[in-house]
Amino acid sequence: MSFDIHNIRKDFPILSRKVNGYPLVYLDNAATSQKPQQVIDAIVDYYSNYNANIHRGVHSLSQEATDAYEAARHKIQNHFNAKTACEIIFTAGTTQGINLVANGFASLLNKGDEIIVSALEHHSNIVPWQMLCEKTGAVLRVIPMNEEGTLLMDEYYNLLSDKTKLVFVNHISNALGTINPIEEIIEKAHSVGAAVLIDGAQSCSHIKPNLQELNVDFYVTSAHKMCGPTGVGILYMKEEWGNKLPPYQGGGEMIAEVSFEKTTYAGLPHKFEAGTPNICGGIAFGVAIDYLNAIGFDAIEAHENELLTYATNKLLEIEGLRIYGTGQKTSVISFNIEDLHPYDIGTIVDKLGIAVRTGHHCAQPIMEFYKIPGTVRASFAFYNTLEEVDALVEAVKKAKMMLS
Amino acid sequence: MTIEAIQEELIDEFSMFDDWMQRYEYMIDLGKSLPLIDEKLKTDDKLIKGCQSKVWLNSEMKNDKIIFTADSDAIITKGIIAVLVRVFSNQEPQAILDADTDFIDEIGLKEHLSPTRANGLVSMIKQMKMYALAYQTQANS
Ligand SMILES: Cc1ncc(COP(=O)(O)O)c(C=O)c1O
Repeated sequence: MSFDIHNIRKDFPILSRKVNGYPLVYLDNAATSQKPQQVIDAIVDYYSNYNANIHRGVHSLSQEATDAYEAARHKIQNHFNAKTACEIIFTAGTTQGINLVANGFASLLNKGDEIIVSALEHHSNIVPWQMLCEKTGAVLRVIPMNEEGTLLMDEYYNLLSDKTKLVFVNHISNALGTINPIEEIIEKAHSVGAAVLIDGAQSCSHIKPNLQELNVDFYVTSAHKMCGPTGVGILYMKEEWGNKLPPYQGGGEMIAEVSFEKTTYAGLPHKFEAGTPNICGGIAFGVAIDYLNAIGFDAIEAHENELLTYATNKLLEIEGLRIYGTGQKTSVISFNIEDLHPYDIGTIVDKLGIAVRTGHHCAQPIMEFYKIPGTVRASFAFYNTLEEVDALVEAVKKAKMMLS
Repeated sequence: MTIEAIQEELIDEFSMFDDWMQRYEYMIDLGKSLPLIDEKLKTDDKLIKGCQSKVWLNSEMKNDKIIFTADSDAIITKGIIAVLVRVFSNQEPQAILDADTDFIDEIGLKEHLSPTRANGLVSMIKQMKMYALAYQTQANS
């Protein structure tokens, strides 16, 4: 299939709406992606035609819902190239997946053990590790970054030791768009016997990871970043880890047998899936993955790179504009203009129908590093166009004029 | 001038503009004309929570009236706080507590009134009313 941007845009009903009287230019894709009609239809179809609880009923409806939900799990397995479908655990999203792993490690860590995270993390994702350290007496170590927003790998190698038990890094930084060298990070961690959890929330819409080839222990992501619905995501864990980690929450689905004396847990993945899951969300996630694969990740990457290069060049023509994050990166541009407040720029461009993110992007340590209150972040998806980049650039120029 | 009269005046001034851009430019100008606050007063305890930009709000009592001074690191936010200072500063606490804020809608800044909006216009008004309440309580005790 050839990449036809105009046909693709027709799949996204929201892209034809207006905001503040202007056509919507949606450049906040790093926060969440828009949904194609195919995904919206799948949600409507589920609730209209086969809504039922899964894994429980013998009745046909329950069977249909269970089949669709498990088929989605298989699609996700294939997409991320996990070895078995039972290594794909449905979650409420990236955050929950991270907490599940952090919680599981509580029983595996001893005082003085070390956890390594990167300086580029989403700050809410640092919290589960801080909590884990408080609980276990383990120590949190941070891989620093340089002015370009690139991790210092030599520093990382120095941090690694036989005390290192777990390394947590995002594949792509949400604040700057930096692509981290996860192959290298995983390999080096393994060489000291540490496990690795990769946060794919920002990368999954740009890069199709091959989990077996990466040989990663854990991988988390959210459906809503890749054209799927909110409130659903996955945690991949290697089967051996699935057997080692204790369950996260107690409840229905996660048990094999219950008596008041003892409960035996169900096997993977159900051990980690207590309670009625987001059935519709899981099914729609599968549809979103089909949608992205039909376009093709190579085509997506090529188009997004074109947008990134074009936008970078155009924005840099504006005097005083500085881009943060200039290393190897995806289609995210985080910038400021001289000492104008990002909030002011965001407010003006919003009045012109352009949705960008302003603020610290849940990455306060990065903002402290650059000593700025925040940035304006434009993040592009495959359905964005060069004309939309032009609209952004014009709006930013107008904002600069009004504010200076 | 009473709060109401100042609000009327603002509505009048803003009604001269027929698009958002002129209104914002005017607000930005109001922000620039906001009297400078003493740098010593820009302390963390004077920051208003709930804003993406920093807003410092200081108050003092003079001849039974509250004098507000304020600053922000963002220009639009500074314009908004300038509008509020013009309306609420140099007024008696009871008058501030009694005042409604419908004029914000009428000067075309309604979108800033949503409580979830990151600029914290609602928080600014709340903070001004809190100061008024505090002075009022002090005076009555
Ligand atoms: C890198 C990264 N990790 C984690 C998250 C959190 O994802 P969710 O809110 O879907 O749990 C985000 C979302 O912005 C992110 O960008």
